[in-house]
Amino acid sequence: MELEKFSYDNEIVRKFAFATTLWGLVGMLVGILLAIQLFAPVFNFNIPFLTFGRIRPLHTNAVIFAFVGNAIFMGVYYSLQRLCKARMFSDLLSNIHFWGWQLIIVSAAITLPLGITTSKEYAELEWPIDIAIALVWVAFGINMFATIIKRREKHMYVAIWFYIATWITVTVLHIVNSIEIPVSFLKSYPIYAGVQDALVQWWYGHNAVAFFLTTPFLGLMYYFLPKAANRPVYSYKLSIVHFWTLVFIYIWAGPHHLLYSALPDWAQSLGTVFSIMLIAPSWGGMINGLLTLRGAWDRVRENPILKFMVVAVTAYGMATLEGPTLSLKNVNAIAHFTDWIIAHVHVGALGWNGFLTFGILYWLIPILWNTKLYSKKLANFHFWIGFLGIVFYALSMWFSGVTQSLMWKQFTTLGVLQYPNFLETVLQIVPMYIIRTIGGLLYYVGVLVMVYNLVKTVKQGSFVKEEQAEAPTLAKFKDPLRKGSYHRWLEGKPLTMLLAALVLILIGTFVEFVPTFLVKSNIPSISSVKPYSPLELQGRDIYIREACNSCHSQLVRPFRSETERYGEYSKAGEYVYDHPFLWGSKRTGPDLHRVGSKYPNLWHYLHMENPSSMSPGSLMPAYPWLLTNDLDISSTESKINVMKSIGVPYPDGYEKIANAELEKQAEKIAIDLQNSGVAAEPNKEIIALIAYLQRLGTDIKTNPDITGQAGN
Amino acid sequence: MYKDILQSIDGIEFYAIGAMVLFILFFIGMIIWVIRVDKNYIKRMSELPLKEDKPGKNGLMNFKNLQGGPNEL
Repeated sequence: MELEKFSYDNEIVRKFAFATTLWGLVGMLVGILLAIQLFAPVFNFNIPFLTFGRIRPLHTNAVIFAFVGNAIFMGVYYSLQRLCKARMFSDLLSNIHFWGWQLIIVSAAITLPLGITTSKEYAELEWPIDIAIALVWVAFGINMFATIIKRREKHMYVAIWFYIATWITVTVLHIVNSIEIPVSFLKSYPIYAGVQDALVQWWYGHNAVAFFLTTPFLGLMYYFLPKAANRPVYSYKLSIVHFWTLVFIYIWAGPHHLLYSALPDWAQSLGTVFSIMLIAPSWGGMINGLLTLRGAWDRVRENPILKFMVVAVTAYGMATLEGPTLSLKNVNAIAHFTDWIIAHVHVGALGWNGFLTFGILYWLIPILWNTKLYSKKLANFHFWIGFLGIVFYALSMWFSGVTQSLMWKQFTTLGVLQYPNFLETVLQIVPMYIIRTIGGLLYYVGVLVMVYNLVKTVKQGSFVKEEQAEAPTLAKFKDPLRKGSYHRWLEGKPLTMLLAALVLILIGTFVEFVPTFLVKSNIPSISSVKPYSPLELQGRDIYIREACNSCHSQLVRPFRSETERYGEYSKAGEYVYDHPFLWGSKRTGPDLHRVGSKYPNLWHYLHMENPSSMSPGSLMPAYPWLLTNDLDISSTESKINVMKSIGVPYPDGYEKIANAELEKQAEKIAIDLQNSGVAAEPNKEIIALIAYLQRLGTDIKTNPDITGQAGN
Repeated sequence: MYKDILQSIDGIEFYAIGAMVLFILFFIGMIIWVIRVDKNYIKRMSELPLKEDKPGKNGLMNFKNLQGGPNEL
C-alpha cells in the first residue's frame, strides 16, 4: 500500500504547553492573593487595581480561559493531528490562534484590574475583546475542521466529537451572551435586562463550565488516559452514549443557578430536572475512565501520571454528583450564595481540570523532548501535596458554607434572627478562610515543583519539532469493516456531526429562552418601577467597575430568614431596567437589594471610606478613592441614549438634560452630607454611588402595590 | 403559571411535545445502534489512540514510535 509521508507540528503543542503552565502559575497566584484578602483585606495594599472585586474576575478568567484554555488547545493540537493522521491544516492559523489567544489574555489582565468589566461572570471582558475572542475562536475552528476534513483516518475517534461539540457550543454561547450595545470603546450595556439577562448569563455560565471545562477535557481524557495507561478505553460504546447524552442534556441545566430567584418557577424546575438527569452521562464517563484501568491498578501505584488522572476523573465524578445535588431546591436553599459553591467549583477546577492537565503535561513533555521525566519522585511529591491541597480547600469551604448558611437561617425561640448582624456570620468562618488559603498554598507548591521538574526534563532532552509520520491517504484507504451503519456514516462526516450537535444544544436553548423572552406575563411589570436617574446610572456603573456584585447579591429569596434580615423578597418586575442584572452569586457580604434608604447618606460615605468605622471588624476593603475621584459625566448622554435604544423609557430629549438632572441630585446629596459634618463635594464618584445604593429596592416601597409578582 | 405561558404562544403544544418526542426517539435510536453495532468496529475505534505508536493490526499505520509514555517513567 502506498504511504504518504508527512510530519506532525509539535511546535504549536509546545507553545500551548508553555502558555498553560505560565498562566496556571499566574491565575493560581491571584487566587491565593484573593484567599488572603478574604480574611486580611489590607493585602489589597489600598491599591484600586488590587481590590478583591477587580481581581476576582482576573483569577476566574485566568484559570478558566488561560490555564484550562491553553491546556485544551495543547491537548487538541497534539491529539487531533495524530487521530486524523494529518498535520494541522495551517501553521499560520495555528499561530494566529496561539498569539491571538495570548493577546486576549493579556488584554484581560490589563482591563479587569482597571475595572473595565461587563460584570457578567466568566464573560467580564468588554466588547472589543469579545470580538477578538470570536475571531480567534473562528480561526481555531477553521483550522480544526480543515484538519479533520483532510484526515487520513476514515473514522473520527470519540475525542474528536467532543472537540467538535465544544467548538460549536462555545461559539453559540459566546455570541448570544455577548450581544451588547457599546457606549464607548470600553463600555457597553447588554441588550437583555433583569431576569432575561440573568437567564442568558447563567445559560452561558453553566455551559461555559459544561463546554469549556468539561467536554474538551473529556475529549482529552478519552485520548490521553488510554495513552498513559497503554490500553484502550473501557467501553467505546459507553463513550458514544456519554457523548450524545451529555451534549443533549447539559444545555438545559443553566437555571439551577437561579433557584428561588425571580426567574419564573417553571424555568427553575426545568433546570433542576435536567441537572439530576446529568448524573447518568457524567457518571457513565467517570466509570468509563476509571474502568479503563481495570486490571492495571498496580500500575497506578507506580505511576504518578496515572495517579493524577485517576484523581482527576474521580474529582469529575464527585463534582458532577455534587452539582445535581446542589440543584435540588432544598439543598440549594442552604448552599446558594455560600462557600459551598466555592468548594464545588474548586473540586472541579483543582481536581478535574488541574490534575488532568498535570497528568497530560507529565506524559507529554518527555515525549515532545524525546527524553524521560526528570524526576518521578518529584512528580509523586506534586501529586500528594496537590491532593492534600484539594482536601484542605474543599473541606474548609464545605464547612464554612454550611456553617454560615445555618447561622443566616437561625431563629431564636422568640422568633427573631439569632445572628442579625451579618458580620458575625463572616467572622465565625474566618478560620476556615485561613485553612482554605493553606490548601491553596499547598496546591501551589505542587505546581511550582512540577514546573521545576518539567524545566529539568526539557533541559535534558532535545525538542522534536517535526515528528515524521506516514499513513495511507483516505481516498486509497479501504475500510476493513465494510458493514455500514447510520452512526458510522455520521461520524465519518464532521460537518454533519457539527450540525447534529448544534441542533441538540439549540433544542434546550429554545425551550428555555422562547417563553421567557416572548411572554410578557413571565416578567410582570410593576408600575412604580422607574428607570434609574442619570446620577444613579453613573453610580451603578461604579458599582459594576468595583465589582461589588462579587461579594454582594441583589436578590432577596422568598425565605423568612431573608425577608427578616433584608426586607421584602425580590420580584422579577423590579429588574426590568437592569442592564446588566446584578444579582451576584455569592454573599461574602450581605444582600443589597433592599439597602436603599436603610442607612443615612453619611453612613455610606464613611463606610466606603473605611468600612470598619461603621461595622467594627468588617472584612470589606476600603474604597477611599471614591471620595476623591471626580465623576466622569461626559458619558451620561451616550449612556442614556444606549439605554433608550434597548428599551428603557426615558422621555424624548432626556439625554440632553440628563447632566443637569444629575447635578441637581448630586447637589442634594452633597448638601445632606455637608449638613452631617463631612466636606463632601457634589462632583465626586461617591455621590453617584450613594445615589444608586439609596435607590436600590425602594421602588416597591413607594408603592405598596406589588401584586404583579413573578409567576410562582 | 406554566399553563398560561403555554396558552399564550400559538401551537406551543407541538413545541413542548415535539422536543420530548425528539429527545426520546433520539435516545432510543442511539441505544439501539449502540447495542447492534459491529464489535470489530468498536474494537478498532477504541484502539485508535494506541495504534498510532506502532504498526496497526491492519498494517495501515506504520510510523516511527517515539516512545511509550508511562513505561518510560
